[in-house]
Amino acid sequence: MKTGTGTVKRDSPHGTDLPEALQRHYGRRGFLLLVAGGLTSLVWAGPVSRFLTPVTAAGSQALGNLLPVGGWRIYTISGTMPIFDPASWRLEIGGLVERPQSLSYADLQKLPKAEQISTFHCVTGWSVENVRWGGVRFQHLLDLARPLPEATAIRFVSLEQPYEDSLTLDQVRLPDAMLAYEMGGTPLARPHGAPARVVLPEMYGYKGVKWVTRMELLSRQPNGYWERNGYDQDAWVGHSNGYQA
Amino acid sequence: MATRHSVRRLPRFSRTERALHWVHASAFLVLFVSGLCLYLPSLSELIGRRPLLKDIHVYTALIWLAALALILLAGDRRRLLATAREIDNFDDDDVAWLRRRRVPQGRFNAGQKINAIVTAALAVLFSITGFFLWYGERDHAFRLQNALLVHDWLMYVSFFLLLGHLYLALVNPSTRHSLNGMTRGWVREDWALRHHRKWAEQLREGRDA
Repeated sequence: MKTGTGTVKRDSPHGTDLPEALQRHYGRRGFLLLVAGGLTSLVWAGPVSRFLTPVTAAGSQALGNLLPVGGWRIYTISGTMPIFDPASWRLEIGGLVERPQSLSYADLQKLPKAEQISTFHCVTGWSVENVRWGGVRFQHLLDLARPLPEATAIRFVSLEQPYEDSLTLDQVRLPDAMLAYEMGGTPLARPHGAPARVVLPEMYGYKGVKWVTRMELLSRQPNGYWERNGYDQDAWVGHSNGYQA
Repeated sequence: MATRHSVRRLPRFSRTERALHWVHASAFLVLFVSGLCLYLPSLSELIGRRPLLKDIHVYTALIWLAALALILLAGDRRRLLATAREIDNFDDDDVAWLRRRRVPQGRFNAGQKINAIVTAALAVLFSITGFFLWYGERDHAFRLQNALLVHDWLMYVSFFLLLGHLYLALVNPSTRHSLNGMTRGWVREDWALRHHRKWAEQLREGRDA
């Protein structure tokens, strides 16, 4: 037996030893076309996905969010997700304030409640449309703590170490910025940052610190976890991190 | 040739080819499961250990690529190249097969060739998009728009391709003997004559010559 392939025989009428002109290199052509098509999809995948999102999102909802297409992806940076204990959790507001605060979960819920429906954008390219948030406008928290005149920014510290990020006071005063404790009409779930997270729809989600436990007012805006990895401080959707308008 | 085996065994896949296949298959399964845990909200909450799963996913991918490279270095490259040429070339009988005409097939039919080509392209695309996902999370300079979306879509394509592959290799009665070629390296001649007659006959001529 010469070989196992049976195709190296010189007189084979069908094997690979046909004259070059008669060979059909569909294999390598197909391979190259697929790779090229796949690489160009890095450009067209976004628009196509946005076109398909209403369909896939409906399907995902119907399947109980089993399919994340058009749904959420959960990012954590540490080993485990923080566990929310309503008895011990506190929202500390400190730094450059007149009256430092330590609010319990119940205290937070007693503040005037705001609701909104907004779209969540992740910097990695996925979005969730029409998210119903419930929570507290930052102004109500600031009214309690009374920032000192030199305060310009808030550093949000997560229960998930070392996750933190910051927003300027102007940014947290945008009309649809809030500290959310409800999503879709129910208390915020653990993967979404229970019990409270920052929501600022104009910016990519990495600015929306989850599992918030401390707000610190500062005179200068510090770099957070993602900024230290090269992401933009001002994460405007469509105008930052290399995205063009 | 009345031996213990009344049917002849035809050598179908070399050790190198089988090593390549099983490295690829086992890496895919680990990558698929760890990837789903990173991807599906329900699983991510259940497991909640994203950094660990990310490490498993990334290091499996690196080991997978290193193992493929090692097999190419240490294995029977001439034989692999011959197989690649076979897969590359679509002869008249392959075209006839694609038109659903039942004509004798060579060592691979057109469907098997397409499976191999698509799998190779998926491997390249997975590696490229995966690299940018991995580095993009560490450093913004490597963040590539839509890499995540494309990586997801590749997962769906490869999942359905794998389902079809598993059906033919494990379930479908007339084709599942082919698994023997990939586990033990040989197939029965009668099976080969039914499914890959041209190849079986070439082997027979080669043996008689």
